[in-house]
Amino acid sequence: MSKQYITLNGKKTEIKGDEKNLLELIRNNNIEIPTFCYHSHLSTYGACRMCVVDIEGRGIQTSCSIKPQEGMVVRTHTEDVRKIRKIALELLLANHDQSCPTCERSDSCKLRKLSAQLNIRQGRLHQTDVKKPLDDSSYSLVRDPNKCVLCGDCVRYCAEIQGIGALDFAYRGTKAAVLPAFGKPLNEVECVNCGQCAAVCPTGAISVKSNVQQVWAEIDNKDKMTIVQIAPAVRVAIGEMFNLPPGKIRTGKLVAALKTLGFDKVFDTSFSADLTVIEEANEFLNRKMKGEKLPLFTSCCPAWVKYAEQYHSDLLDNLSTCKSPQQMFGAMAKSELAAKLGIDPKNMSVISIMPCTAKKYEAGRLEFEKEGIKEVDWVMTTQEIGKMIKEAGIQFDDLANAAFDLPYGFATGGGVIFGNSGGVSEAVLRYAHEKLTGNNLEYVEYEEVRGNEGIREAKIVIGDMELSMAIVHGLKNAGEIAKAVKNGEVNYDIIEVMACPNGCVGGAGQPVVDNPKEILKRKEGIYATDRLMSMHKPQNNPFIRESYEKFLGEINGHKVHELLHTSYSSKKRIFEEGITVWGNEQEAEVTVKICVGTACYLKHSQKLLHDLIGHFNNSNLKNRVDIEATFCMESCETGPNVLVNNEIIRKATSGKVIQEITKKLA
Amino acid sequence: MQKTQELKPVRQFQKVCDILEKYHYDKTKLIPILQEIQEEYRYLPKKILNFAATSLEIPPAKIFGVASFYSHFAFEPKGKYVIKICDGTACHVKGSMKLHEAIKKQLKLEEGKKTTSDMLFTLETVSCLGACGLAPAMVVNEDVHGNLTPEKAVEIIKTIQKQENN
Repeated sequence: MSKQYITLNGKKTEIKGDEKNLLELIRNNNIEIPTFCYHSHLSTYGACRMCVVDIEGRGIQTSCSIKPQEGMVVRTHTEDVRKIRKIALELLLANHDQSCPTCERSDSCKLRKLSAQLNIRQGRLHQTDVKKPLDDSSYSLVRDPNKCVLCGDCVRYCAEIQGIGALDFAYRGTKAAVLPAFGKPLNEVECVNCGQCAAVCPTGAISVKSNVQQVWAEIDNKDKMTIVQIAPAVRVAIGEMFNLPPGKIRTGKLVAALKTLGFDKVFDTSFSADLTVIEEANEFLNRKMKGEKLPLFTSCCPAWVKYAEQYHSDLLDNLSTCKSPQQMFGAMAKSELAAKLGIDPKNMSVISIMPCTAKKYEAGRLEFEKEGIKEVDWVMTTQEIGKMIKEAGIQFDDLANAAFDLPYGFATGGGVIFGNSGGVSEAVLRYAHEKLTGNNLEYVEYEEVRGNEGIREAKIVIGDMELSMAIVHGLKNAGEIAKAVKNGEVNYDIIEVMACPNGCVGGAGQPVVDNPKEILKRKEGIYATDRLMSMHKPQNNPFIRESYEKFLGEINGHKVHELLHTSYSSKKRIFEEGITVWGNEQEAEVTVKICVGTACYLKHSQKLLHDLIGHFNNSNLKNRVDIEATFCMESCETGPNVLVNNEIIRKATSGKVIQEITKKLA
Repeated sequence: MQKTQELKPVRQFQKVCDILEKYHYDKTKLIPILQEIQEEYRYLPKKILNFAATSLEIPPAKIFGVASFYSHFAFEPKGKYVIKICDGTACHVKGSMKLHEAIKKQLKLEEGKKTTSDMLFTLETVSCLGACGLAPAMVVNEDVHGNLTPEKAVEIIKTIQKQENN
């Protein structure tokens, strides 16, 4: 086929054929068309009207929703185009709470950037003065509806990439808003705290909840020792906060900055990632030998864990019981390290620096708190620590490199690659190879598990064992794999799941990127860091060995289980009252609550409900019993569940329930 | 009396199950499903919507989005008689707001409230009933009343009140 061309601002320009739309073609030719609602990896929405161009014979059109065609004559900045863009932007500004200097997103706000780019110097339109309340119920995110421009980026991300749909448009016209179901607070719905809504939000309408003030307070508190851990993915992105290109490794400078800020000890989460590899690989090999609870799903991603607890309760036994590296670090710091340093864990504050917003939620989970002492006290994102460094006036890139403190500052490349999708799998392979064959693994890079696709498969032969692996990122992909596992369509040994695109490097706590390709550069940065390390295999980490010898005892042993492993339980997606199906005027002697949440519903709880209604309708007991259809009792694995007064009947049948009711009434 | 009160929630819930069944749990039939649920309850209870979301396998936020988009759907219980006063251009010009005021006074509705405390009447305005030739117009449940004056409108309400009192 002969080449096709359009005329772009008077210049003959080739249509390469791989452009998704006219907008991409124009951008490929070095003209930066402004957009709010366009993201190449999401569906095209066409709402913000910023990408309008003039197409001869067709008038002013949105370039995001048009395919380039042979002979098209396109102008990108005619007087009309410029005017329309400006008016559209002014209208958005009129509806926007312009508290820019104090906004969490002031340095990365697209609305602000575009206002400058389009030379908007005065607001001609009156601003709305109605203030809607903030929603700061979530551990991870803050929703400020006053800043929302209704671009729908968050809505589409949550539904299309994460497969959740926790946010959607509600109401209409001037009342239109982006809301969780029924306008509930974010912590009462199915949000898994991945924070990608905040990462795609062009303004501060959804932002990462800041813990900067609390962490300053910990540093200022002289009675407390502050222990900080840095996650692998942070080191290749922190530079972006200081105008360095993505992927540049800035580990040494970050350590130096943290010491300057006043943290007492600076450690590496890659250390506890090494520990996770050893525990998880052994857990896996045990399961593989016994042929039980396979495939093993990884459990280091807290967004994935909550997702699994909400949507796939029947697979929870397959999740690795290993805590995530963040929590393993906290558990070790408040036990082994506290003892070594001779301080009371109460006087120790563990602060993590994470690429992730869900880690804030994870640190707050009750499983990770004992006698009022949390394993991890505060979680800061890459963005937040960058802001603290700026606040202190530290000239980041002029700092001399500093080294991590010992013992938890020593890590192998195996722990560092946790930051990439495929990294956990690769680190486990590096360990499993030597464990199974007894041979020294010379070449440690497993290209088979690397890559960018959302679902990848790999078959790896170690000795006489063949391992079938799947590596997934994006929760919609994870949901598909989970369904395939349940339907017996696939047969994997290990499934690695990361909620964010490309793994933790693409986490929502990282500096905001305009182009998803920048995340790939961070990914390269992580692999480059691995190559620069002196060791690549977690089992070689001398400080991990020492911890096992002197403190932890056996791998997968009793003490390890108490300290470094956890358990999961099914979680309801949304907080909602039950439906009264059968209510007496005064509270009856027996209240029966039948779960009609998804898992129980699939196990025919509705029929059970009908049977019970039928039974009591024809009985003289009907005034003594209330019946309620309720949502999720958070023990989906034993459904259908029925509560008779306070007693739970698992795997309920109408016979069992009626028997229990009769007993209660007797 | 006691008996019917007991049975109503059962019947309503069964009805919701029947509606979902009738549409084969097809999520593309969401709007007719919501319409029929509202017919049963006179509004859309959030817990029932949540139940429908589970059954139809769609996120509750999506159902809420659809239900809140249309002014036909209500999240608060409506009265037995829903009065819709047309406030489209034609009716507005012909004094529809005077009808609204008069009925509001007759029903002793407090500011900001749409439904009477005895759950008998709900008073709303709509943008256009498409009966501009009869302006000003209003609809009480399914009955259209045209060429109204505030007095005529109040008379209609009084008639209903009398019926209900008997």
